[in-house]
Amino acid sequence: MNTPLRRLATLVLVMFVALMGSASWVQFGQAGDLNTDPRNARTLYREHGNARGPIVAGGEAIAASVPVDDPFGYQRTYANGELYSAVTGFYSIANGRSQLERAANDQLTGRGDQLFFSRIRDLLTGRRPEGAAVETTILPAAQQAARTALGDQQGAVAAIEPSTGRILALVSTPGFDPNVLAVHSTSEASARYAELDAAEGNPLRSNATQERYAPGSTFKLVTAAAALESGAYGPETGVPSPVQLTLPQTSATIGNFGGSSCGGDEVSLAEALRVSCNTAFANLGLTLGEDALREQAERFGFDGGELTIPTQVVQSVFPTDLDPPSLAQTAIGQRDVAATPLQVAMISAAIANGGQVMRPYLVETVRAADLTVVSQTDPETLSTAVSAETASALTQMMVGVVESGTGRSARLPGVQVAGKTGTAETVPGEPPHAWFTAFAPAEAPRVAVAVIVENGGNLGNEATGGQVAAPVARAVIEAVLAS
Amino acid sequence: MMASIQPHRVRPGRGTELLLLVPALGIGIAGYVLAGLGVTDQVPPHAVAYAVGTTVLALVVHVVLRLRAPYADPVILPVVVALNGLGLGMISRISLAYAARGRADSGFADRQLAWTAISVALAVGVLLLLRDHRTLRRYTYTAMVAALALIVLPLLPVIGQTVNGARIWVRVGPVGMQPAEFAKIALAVFFAGYLVTHRDTLALAGKKVLGLQLPRARDLGPILLVWGVSLLVLVGQRDLGTSLLFFGLFVAMLYLATERTSWVVIGLLLFVGGAIAAAATFAHVGARFDVWLRALDQDVYGREFGGSYQVVQGLFGMANGGLFGTGWGQGRPDLVPYAESDFIIASIGEELGLTGLLAVLLLYTVLAERGLRTAIGVRDGFGKLLAGGLSFVVAFQLFVVVGGVTRIIPLTGLTTPFLAYGGSSLVANWIIAALLLRISDEARRPVPVVRAVPTPDIGVPVAVAGRAERADGPVRSSARTAPDDPGPRPDDRPTEHIGGDDR
Repeated sequence: MNTPLRRLATLVLVMFVALMGSASWVQFGQAGDLNTDPRNARTLYREHGNARGPIVAGGEAIAASVPVDDPFGYQRTYANGELYSAVTGFYSIANGRSQLERAANDQLTGRGDQLFFSRIRDLLTGRRPEGAAVETTILPAAQQAARTALGDQQGAVAAIEPSTGRILALVSTPGFDPNVLAVHSTSEASARYAELDAAEGNPLRSNATQERYAPGSTFKLVTAAAALESGAYGPETGVPSPVQLTLPQTSATIGNFGGSSCGGDEVSLAEALRVSCNTAFANLGLTLGEDALREQAERFGFDGGELTIPTQVVQSVFPTDLDPPSLAQTAIGQRDVAATPLQVAMISAAIANGGQVMRPYLVETVRAADLTVVSQTDPETLSTAVSAETASALTQMMVGVVESGTGRSARLPGVQVAGKTGTAETVPGEPPHAWFTAFAPAEAPRVAVAVIVENGGNLGNEATGGQVAAPVARAVIEAVLAS
Repeated sequence: MMASIQPHRVRPGRGTELLLLVPALGIGIAGYVLAGLGVTDQVPPHAVAYAVGTTVLALVVHVVLRLRAPYADPVILPVVVALNGLGLGMISRISLAYAARGRADSGFADRQLAWTAISVALAVGVLLLLRDHRTLRRYTYTAMVAALALIVLPLLPVIGQTVNGARIWVRVGPVGMQPAEFAKIALAVFFAGYLVTHRDTLALAGKKVLGLQLPRARDLGPILLVWGVSLLVLVGQRDLGTSLLFFGLFVAMLYLATERTSWVVIGLLLFVGGAIAAAATFAHVGARFDVWLRALDQDVYGREFGGSYQVVQGLFGMANGGLFGTGWGQGRPDLVPYAESDFIIASIGEELGLTGLLAVLLLYTVLAERGLRTAIGVRDGFGKLLAGGLSFVVAFQLFVVVGGVTRIIPLTGLTTPFLAYGGSSLVANWIIAALLLRISDEARRPVPVVRAVPTPDIGVPVAVAGRAERADGPVRSSARTAPDDPGPRPDDRPTEHIGGDDR
């Protein structure tokens, strides 16, 4: 019976070759699909099993992975979680990740392309791969000042270094404590997430970058820039400024704050900005036209698509197909024009930087576990918003706003602050949002900041940008200048 | 006839075996140490004791072979030692992972080590007590009764236990076992003894239809009996794998004995028919087919019971290993349910990679082919059938397990021979290894040039035993010719003449 034995031996060989084929198919052919299958928890476990790199601000880790004695091996901890929640976001087994934890994930896990060679080395030496450290541009003193000044008011602060675009502070209130989402218990993390997701003020979203608001009177900076850029206007050019402006084609009117006069039927552009004269800027918008306003807004960054800083910043928008009444309201920052606080800060920063809009960025350097710098963000010009002359004229006009206009609460001893207030009408019956954007020192700017306090903050219906938001901006400027 | 066997010098091969044992032991010990390093960052505290212990166990078998089976195949023992060592390493690695997760059932690595010692002791016992494998032929029908009893055992009340839906466990006090693992040895002995006596009847009688030699109806009796037993296992114990294993073993041995393809065809038709009927009738069998064909579909994956979660987790693990594996202790094989037993192949694939898994499969290939080589070399029909059947059952069991994990065939619950956690499986497979070693000693031993008088324990008692256990039936006629067995023959002929007349 040797013949059947030989055939059986052949059959056994065929069976084993089939097994080797199927094993190769699973581990090589299909492996890519299987490894990216969303049900495959290994990817997450692998990340948690390795030391995730820290997120650093001012030399201190604001997010770090510390070894713990549980199956994951490491616990993500946030030293001052609530303060930096708009920067770090959260890193959670049950709920994924957000903000920098999400946008810089490849670097933090050590899987980024720049880290290719460290990976190869780890592979050869059998060392466990370690994530890279992500060093942010955040200035802890400015971040803390912004957070303290906002207090329990709902809103946001974005501060930029005008010459580079480095983001010095990024605060959104209410914030949240990422530590509660980072717990390894899936059920607990999910419960906390559900609570935060349903909480008043949407703490999981960053108001500074992911929320759009009507910019209110801060948008008058754009309208003034368009006027100056048109060549037909100088700071002293007169603009009609009635107490009430009847909007074309309607019986509706635009008035000034408190129904007051702007100081005559015609005031200079600089004066109109100083007292934030609605009728003058509405008239200006009608005169300049939709296209000129849009072009100016776009040069400041509106309609420019999502910014990646590297977290995602929603696009600020300038509306289209405006009829004259809408155009008049858009020129004073009402109706459908909408901007993120970061975008408003970019307007101030551009004026402070001689008209150049720098691309804002949050990550200074990425440093591998062996402390070598694997990538560094270089300042980059995003666009030219206005000419240097226009920028200089706008700066003088904004200094006037703070020295003797609506923004007097932002005055700082010994420092010239240039600023602009805003009070944006929201839903009828709700208190307005209070805005303030500024930069300082006016002659050599080191910081540009935008502040929004939603629904008037502690002052409610009585609030104006000057009263509620300007002190917050002043605190941030003080902190930056003191550092 | 004698001329067909060329006398030539055969090297016993014990030196080769000793040499091969060095890397074989090295693999297992290195795996154990690396697993400890990988999981806990330190060398396991009992590493030296472990290394010495496993080496002593392997050397004991080696010495027994030197004394009692000097011509035994020199490759079988090193391959078995390597597989057992790899299994122990992986099991200790998974038990460390369970312990790190605080699971209560993490003490199984030490138990498997104990089972290894018991297995080696029993294998040595087999080698010492069984001086000639032909002695087993006396117990052909005893083996049948034993096999049936072992198969039925888990169905009995009190001692029988249902674990994860399959009623394949017997538990007496603290000791549990899966009798089916031992039943396969008993079945192989029974089939070898039965078929060597009846092979000519089964092969030659009957009509030819469409080129297939059909057996006579009355000869169908035994095959139908085994088919019935397989279905009993399938239905009564919900154990698709064991049922497939028994039936595959029987069909393979039937083919070996008769060389008739018709038996294979009939056997396959019966099994496929039975399986389809079972799939249509029993939800748990149908679900297996769903899991096989649509494992990655969300609705199959998400089923609370009988879904593809385990299979897909195994696939994830193997994919994670990729070509070169994560390395010992660097993957997460513990995420796969039963990573230490049914899915140990996925654990190996994850941590040792495709490279390691292919190496393991090659070890099994070597083992199975050495066993089949033994079957070709041994001179008596019973030995041929037994060695062929035992080699095939190990290979087929591996095929059913790994094929299930990698989705060539539906997943059935079987253990991976030598690798997987489980005392019954380990003991049974070591006994199979001992039997193969014993038969290979006979197969490779140089033929005495002159053998004037048959030794009493060859031939005669075998046939007498057959008569003694079964008072009537076809065996009797063979008893007349058996004592004249002249010893070695051209090995393609039946050892015993039954003749055309089986009455």
